[in-house]
Amino acid sequence: MNFLASIGRMTLDFLRSVGALFVFLGDAVVSIFLPPFYWSLLGKQLMRIGYFSLPVVGLTGFFTGGALALQIYSGAARYGAEAFVPAVVMIGICRELGPVIAGLMVAGRAAAAIAAELGTMKVTEQIDALTTLATNPVKYLVVPRLVAAVISMPLLVAVADSVGVFGGYIVSTGTLGFTGSIYIKNTVDAIAFNDVSSGLTKAAVFGFIIAAMGCYHGFHSKGGAQGVGAATTSAVVTSSILILAANYILTKLLFE
Amino acid sequence: MAQATATAKVELRGVKKRFGPKVVLDGIDLTIERGESLVVIGGSGTGKSVMIKCVLGILRPDEGEIYVDGEPVTHLHGRKREAFLRKFGMLFQGAALFDSLPVWENVAFGLIQGRGVDRIKAREIAYQKLAEVGLGPEVAVLSPAELSGGMQKRVGLARAIAADPEIIFFDEPTTGLDPIMSDVINNLIVATRAEGTTALSITHDLISARKISDRIAMLYKGKIVWHGPTREIDASGNAYVDQFIHGRAEGPIQMEVRG
Ligand SMILES: Nc1ncnc2c1ncn2[C@@H]1O[C@H](COP(=O)(O)OP(=O)(O)OP(=O)(O)O)[C@@H](O)[C@H]1O
Ligand SMILES: [Mg+2]
Repeated sequence: MNFLASIGRMTLDFLRSVGALFVFLGDAVVSIFLPPFYWSLLGKQLMRIGYFSLPVVGLTGFFTGGALALQIYSGAARYGAEAFVPAVVMIGICRELGPVIAGLMVAGRAAAAIAAELGTMKVTEQIDALTTLATNPVKYLVVPRLVAAVISMPLLVAVADSVGVFGGYIVSTGTLGFTGSIYIKNTVDAIAFNDVSSGLTKAAVFGFIIAAMGCYHGFHSKGGAQGVGAATTSAVVTSSILILAANYILTKLLFE
Repeated sequence: MAQATATAKVELRGVKKRFGPKVVLDGIDLTIERGESLVVIGGSGTGKSVMIKCVLGILRPDEGEIYVDGEPVTHLHGRKREAFLRKFGMLFQGAALFDSLPVWENVAFGLIQGRGVDRIKAREIAYQKLAEVGLGPEVAVLSPAELSGGMQKRVGLARAIAADPEIIFFDEPTTGLDPIMSDVINNLIVATRAEGTTALSITHDLISARKISDRIAMLYKGKIVWHGPTREIDASGNAYVDQFIHGRAEGPIQMEVRG
């Protein structure tokens, strides 16, 4: 009986959190379109979420592209299909790995940073103080982060795609015996608008997920340093899971 | 629903608030008249800060209603709520300064964001308010993390009064200040009152309470157990108040400590 009661309680708690999340997100999305607009805060967040993520996203993209080239090559060699390596690397990077890897890296960086910052503001009553100064905390804190992440992610993924393909190129020409000009020609011939656009669409959705999870967990953190730590962890874990889940759903929607 | 009292600036009627099983406010009735300075005293953890947060809508009371200028305010939202909040200045117990902004922008925040004053003018006002709490221009450009606890408190105070609000809430304005600076702050609070501001302060500092208040109310176990004019506090005939103002461990108020 006790067991059933605790399952019931957990279910209710879960549904309550999901409800709270949707109310929070609904409020945030509506607030994007209502004045006042804090342009300078948006600029600051674009720098923090977008620009400062460039090195991480670039490096991970490069190594992923390189590793992908090695694997595709060894797989394709079994069928004598080495000529397809450039095309498959490009498709793999642009459609899947670029957005997913960049999404997970930015989740680790930005969702954590957002949750920690807003969580600290919450527990030190800075968010309450904003309210008493007649400033809407959702507009002031959440909207700039949300918009910045949705704008930044596609740009970051564009970089990850280019660097990833470049990584494949370096590995293929350096160790797999491809000729540079042929590799490039094969890549360019294979590329289709949809390969890139689908990845960038995913990126925008991932950006939304990252900022939304960071802000939500930050705003709802309780207690002191421990609460902020827990909020940060939850932000990274939930955004990573949601990114992978959304990736599957988007892949299904975009390619069927 | 019952009508609000005509002359009251702020009025709480039967306000109850609990956190889980823990009842913090158990039916608060309290009136602050226009232009009056009321001090609420009471032991640590009795719900004084919670009471103020209920008025501002930071916490939502479970029961009861709160009136400001005769209007019920517990269900305000959106622009109405922002307009309502523009009447208030609030000094948080922990100062709650924005650590991403320099000191002067903290003070000017309500002017710039909440009221659309231009930055240059707001900065001027901020420097002036900082001077009133005894902080010079060299402090204005520092970040809040570079200040001592007492200095942060004073910046919080400057922020609360920056926009010359109609109603100011001070949550322990003199806690953590030396006796001389406490007196400076007391004088400042008295001075803001001269402009007809309504003030609600929370303090454990009875010297300060006597100086800044017209009336005192005592909160104990979620209820107002005594309220009256400040000059009557020594002859209140109330055992709780007597114990509190004389700081005795023995009496009707039992601290929850184990020896
Ligand atoms: N957000 C909250 N969640 C749960 N409990 C809370 C919350 N805020 C306050 N409380 C509880 O309510 C009670 C009253 O807190 P409050 O901060 O109002 O005390 P106080 O009278 O201001 O005390 P002090 O003089 O020490 O500042 C405390 O027991 C506290 O544990
Ligand atoms: Mg308090």
